[in-house]
Amino acid sequence: MAEVVVKVENLKKYFPLRRSVVEFLKGAPPRSVKAVDDVSFEIHKGEVFALAGESGCGKTTTGRLIVKLLEPTSGKIYFNGTDITTLSREEEREYRKKVQIIFQDPYGSLNPRFRVYNVLEEPLILQGIGDTRSEREELIIRALESVRMVPPEEFLGRFPHQLSGGQRQRVAIARALILNPEFIVADEPVSMLDLSIRAEILNLMEDVKKRFGLTYLYITHDLSTARYFSDRIAIMYLGKIVELADSDTLVENPLHPYTKALIAAVPEPEPSMKDVIKEIPIKGEVPSAANVPPGCRFHPRCPYRFEPCDKEEPPFIEVEPGHWVACHLYSKR
Amino acid sequence: MPLLEVRNLKAYYLTSRGPVKAVDNVSFDLERGESLGLAGESGCGKSTLGFALINLLPPPGKIVDGSIKIDGIEVVGKPDEELRREVRWKKISMIFQGAMNALNPVLTIGDQLSEPLIYHQGVSKEEATERVKEHLELVGLDPDIYKRYPHELSGGMKQRAVIAMALLEHPDVIIADEPTTALDVIVQAQILNLLKSLKKKLNLSIIFISHDLAVISEIADRLAIMYAGEIVEIGPSENLYLNPRHPYTQKLLGAIPRLKKKVERLEFIPGAPPNLIHPPSGCRFHPRCPYRFEPCDKEEPPFIEVEPGHYVRCHLFAKR
Repeated sequence: MAEVVVKVENLKKYFPLRRSVVEFLKGAPPRSVKAVDDVSFEIHKGEVFALAGESGCGKTTTGRLIVKLLEPTSGKIYFNGTDITTLSREEEREYRKKVQIIFQDPYGSLNPRFRVYNVLEEPLILQGIGDTRSEREELIIRALESVRMVPPEEFLGRFPHQLSGGQRQRVAIARALILNPEFIVADEPVSMLDLSIRAEILNLMEDVKKRFGLTYLYITHDLSTARYFSDRIAIMYLGKIVELADSDTLVENPLHPYTKALIAAVPEPEPSMKDVIKEIPIKGEVPSAANVPPGCRFHPRCPYRFEPCDKEEPPFIEVEPGHWVACHLYSKR
Repeated sequence: MPLLEVRNLKAYYLTSRGPVKAVDNVSFDLERGESLGLAGESGCGKSTLGFALINLLPPPGKIVDGSIKIDGIEVVGKPDEELRREVRWKKISMIFQGAMNALNPVLTIGDQLSEPLIYHQGVSKEEATERVKEHLELVGLDPDIYKRYPHELSGGMKQRAVIAMALLEHPDVIIADEPTTALDVIVQAQILNLLKSLKKKLNLSIIFISHDLAVISEIADRLAIMYAGEIVEIGPSENLYLNPRHPYTQKLLGAIPRLKKKVERLEFIPGAPPNLIHPPSGCRFHPRCPYRFEPCDKEEPPFIEVEPGHYVRCHLFAKR
C-alpha cells in the first residue's frame, strides 16, 4: 500500500445562515449550509486524486479546508500522520510550506500591482527563505524555468496584465512550487484557460509532479480532464462523496446513478451525436445545500429509488477492491 | 437563395490604439433549418460576429464593411429604427451569453418577456401574456413561472426563459452565444436537448457560438472555425471533426480531453492567439503553425474549396 499523504476523516464544514426575524421570534433552530458533510478519503503519495462534481457540491470547500484557508466544523485532516486541525502557530507556518494551492482564476489570484518577481518573492520572504536578494532571485529564476517561462529574466519585471492567461497560470504554478511543497491542491487550474493551452498546463503540472515527487488534489467539474489527469476520482454530490474509484473504472463502469447521469451528459467532440436527443436519466437540478433531502440526498432525482432511500442514509461500501459507492442499490441486506 | 448571406463582413472596434480587427472578411451562408457551429478560442471574434449579425455591436464596435442579407433584406447601413421594426427579433434573434444575467432582476419573467410584444407588435397585455405562456411551455417551463422573478429560478430555468424570449417573435435565425457555458453538465445536456428539438419542430436556423467543440458537435450541421477574426475552415461537421484540414483545426481537436477515450498525452498549440490590432502578416496562424513554409508569413492564404462545401484558408492546399 502506498504511503498516505493526506487523510481526511469525517470532515464537516457548515456555514451558518442568518435567521430571519420571524424565524428568530419563533425560536426556530439556526440553519446552516452543509457545504461539506462527513467526507472521508485518503490521498496516496505521488498520485493525482480528483474531486469532481457540479457547482455547489462542496469540492472547493474541501480543498480550502485541507490548505487551512477555512476551519472545519468537525472532523480531522491528517498530513503525513499529523492532525493539522490543531496546529500551533509555528507548526502551521511549517505546514503552509509543504502544502500549496493553485487557484482557478489566474486573472484574480495574482496581485495586479506586483511584478512577477514580487509575486514569487513574497512566499520566500514570509517563510524566511534566502537571506539575500540574489539568493532569492536564484530561486525565483529556477522556479520560472521549471514552469518553462524562458528566459526567466524576461518575465521578472512584468506585471500580470502583461502576461497571457496561460503564462499567468504558469506563474501561479511557479509560486506554488517555489517553497518545495509535497502536496498541491489545484482548484480548477485550467477551467478559465483556452482549449489550446489547457493541455499545455495539464502536461506541465504532470511534468513537475514527476520531477519534484508531488501529490495533487485536483478539483474540477470537468470529468474529461479528470480522467486524463488523475489516477483516482471521487464524485461529490451535495457535500458528500457518492462514488470513489480509479479513473478508468469510474468512467467505464460507474455504479452510482448520479455518476452514470454525469457521464452520460458529457458531450464528446464527434458528429455522431448530432441532433440525437440524449437520454438523461435524472431530472431537475441540484437542491440547495441549506435544505438537504433526508436519507440519500440524491433520492429526489434518482430513477432507481426504492423504499429505504428517503429514510436511511446509504453507507459507503466497497463494491470491488478500491471502488466505493454510497447507494442502497449496492448494500447487502 | 440562402436565408442568411454574409459577405466580406468586417467588424472592428475603433479604439484609440487603432482598430481591433475582431471580424475580418468573413463570408458564409446559412440555409433555412440549418445549424452552423461557430467555434474558436476567446478573442477570436466569434461573439463579435454574433453581435454584428444582429446589429447590436457595443461601441466602439462598428461594421466597417461588407454585407449581411437576411431573407433578402440588406441590414448593413439600414437605419436603426427600421431594423428594430422589421428585422431584429422578427427575422433574427439572439440567446445571449450568460443568460443568468440577461434577465432584469426587478421584473417578473412575464413582464419582461411580454414587453417586446407590446412595444414591437402593439398587441394587448392579455394577448401578450397568452403568447408568453405558450412560449414558456414550448421551452419546457411551467407557464406559472410567468409571475416569478429571475432570482426564484435555477440557472437552467433562466436559460430556458431566455430561449423563450428569443423565440417570441418567431425569428428565422437564432444566434446562440455560448448558451450552455455557465451551466453544469447535466443541465447543459438538457438545454442542448431542448435546442435540438426546437430546431426540428420550428425548422429554425441556428448559429451556435461556443468555445467547446464537444458541445457544438451535438447540434451543428456545419462547422466554422475562427482564428484571429477570420474563418479558417468551414464545412460539413462530419468532414471537419473526422477529417480536419487546417493545422489549427487539427491541433484544436487534438487538444480536447475525451471522457470515453483514453488519451496518453494531449497536444497543445504553443504560443497565444495574436493581438488583433496588429495581426501577423500573411496567414494569421503562421507564428504558431508547425507546417509553415515560405509563403505563410507574406501572402494571405486564399479560401480554397478542398471538397464540395468544405473550405480551408491555408497555403498547404493552394494550387500553384
